[in-house]
Amino acid sequence: MNPIKFLAAAYIVTWLIHSFYLGTIVRRFSRLRQQMKDLGKKSKDAPIQRHRG
Amino acid sequence: MKRAFPILSILTALLLAYALYQALAVAPADALQGDVYRIIYYHVPSAWTAMLLFFINFVASVQYLASANPTRRAAVKWIVIAIGVVGVIVCFLPPVTKQFATYGMRPSAAATTVLLVPIFYFLIGKWFPGQRLDMLAVTSAEVGVVFCTIVLVTGPLWARPVWGIWWAPGDIRLTSTLVLWLIYVSYLVLRRFSNSAQTQMLAAALAVFGALDVPLVYFSIWFFRTQHPQPVIGGGGSMDPRMLHTLLINWMAFLCFAFLVCWSRFRLELLHREVEEAHAMESLGGAAPAKASLPLERSIR
Amino acid sequence: MNSLWAVTLATLKKDIRLEWRSKDALNSMLFFSLLVVVIFSFSFDPLAEESRHIVGGLVWVAFLFAAVVALNQTWARELRNQVLDAYRVSPAPANALFLAKVLGNFIFVSILEALMTPLFVIFYNLHVLGPAWQLIPLALLGTWALVVNGTFFAAMSLRTRNRELMLPLLLFPISIPAVLGMVAGTTAVLTGDNPAHFYIVLLLTYDVVFTTASLALFETILHAE
Repeated sequence: MNPIKFLAAAYIVTWLIHSFYLGTIVRRFSRLRQQMKDLGKKSKDAPIQRHRG
Repeated sequence: MKRAFPILSILTALLLAYALYQALAVAPADALQGDVYRIIYYHVPSAWTAMLLFFINFVASVQYLASANPTRRAAVKWIVIAIGVVGVIVCFLPPVTKQFATYGMRPSAAATTVLLVPIFYFLIGKWFPGQRLDMLAVTSAEVGVVFCTIVLVTGPLWARPVWGIWWAPGDIRLTSTLVLWLIYVSYLVLRRFSNSAQTQMLAAALAVFGALDVPLVYFSIWFFRTQHPQPVIGGGGSMDPRMLHTLLINWMAFLCFAFLVCWSRFRLELLHREVEEAHAMESLGGAAPAKASLPLERSIR
Repeated sequence: MNSLWAVTLATLKKDIRLEWRSKDALNSMLFFSLLVVVIFSFSFDPLAEESRHIVGGLVWVAFLFAAVVALNQTWARELRNQVLDAYRVSPAPANALFLAKVLGNFIFVSILEALMTPLFVIFYNLHVLGPAWQLIPLALLGTWALVVNGTFFAAMSLRTRNRELMLPLLLFPISIPAVLGMVAGTTAVLTGDNPAHFYIVLLLTYDVVFTTASLALFETILHAE
């Protein structure tokens, strides 16, 4: 096998792994922001309750 | 602070592109290996970055464990100072200097490396108080595993065309890296599956165990090799200065990249804890506003 | 110091007595060990020329799996009836509980090894070419290495979702230098090719380092909720 193919594979795989990881970070960010938004909406809709005791 | 991120990202991207250009076009071809050797411009910086990140995790874990009570904290502080002082003195002792000479290392370089231990310890303690210490630990572990994965993938991709084998079981560096990767993957698994209030403490303890293990791994394989001669992958020897120059440029670029990735992961962790607090407040009384009223800036300890 | 040993021995005696009366774990472990040896003898041809070179590895892999199965139920009994919580609030030193568990596991796994070894000798027609007495420190130190870390990580895994799976996940990576020492040392003694001294020293160092670390950090682990 042409040795240059290994060089290309190494460089490509490096960036694939980095992109994959960055992708998971972005996905988790958007999911958390969505959760924050939902929490905000819930407390706005529900009437404010007093603590009992 | 927020505006700095996009600017730094663009600068880092440019630096990475420049480093890539250096690696592929500017650095000369190797006499023996041809062009395939250029893999090291990604393999070696990733290895150094991964080791740096794991070291940061170790320091953060030790500090987190030490912060549990004041006597422990004082004891660890003095031990770290002692390591720095004794380490520097030892580097300049004649028998040790002679040993360093055989590796081509100057005593001042070794002393600087040893001094990094207390420097990192105190800086991390200052910049990351309380819960932020644990956030730093999980960040550095995750990003470290990513970089370590790259090392373990590019290593065999380099070994196969050059030495004809994917893997040498007795190769010290590759095997030590594999063990380190396994330890930190188990660290991340523990964090994921532990539902204890003390997960952070448990994980910190595991990180300490892992760090204790690494020198033992190194020596066990080193002795195994003297009994059972193994092929050497990635031999040492001096480097053409232009190659070294390119290597350092690539390392700078990847360090900047790693910094940005860690920053993003840290921000993600901050948001994650904010959301958790908001959830907790909501289930307590239903009166909590979406923005958590406890600023995370304040140390929880 | 006295109270540490007193509590350790008391806890150890309790564990042994409980185990002896029920014989739950012991019986199933014995059968498990026999099965492991038999399966290995089918998977790796015992009559092959090189069998002496691989038996070291096979034996310790078998011991490792037996130890994991034993370790997994180490703390299970304490969780029932909140015995562990009672221990946490008692003034007894935490290390006493840890030492008692480690010693109990050490005795238990050693019994298993003592029973499995003749089976291996029979199935693989082993005879030792090197100094056979060296197998004893190798076995003792190697078993201690597995058991001390195993007990610690078993305690760590108590509060995780996949308790039984978490123990080997945590234990195996950290144990790699010890396993290398055990396997290479045993092979060295069986084949008589190399001296096993370094491996014995390696295992001793490993045991000292990790016993100290476990004793230092066990209290933190015990108080995890």
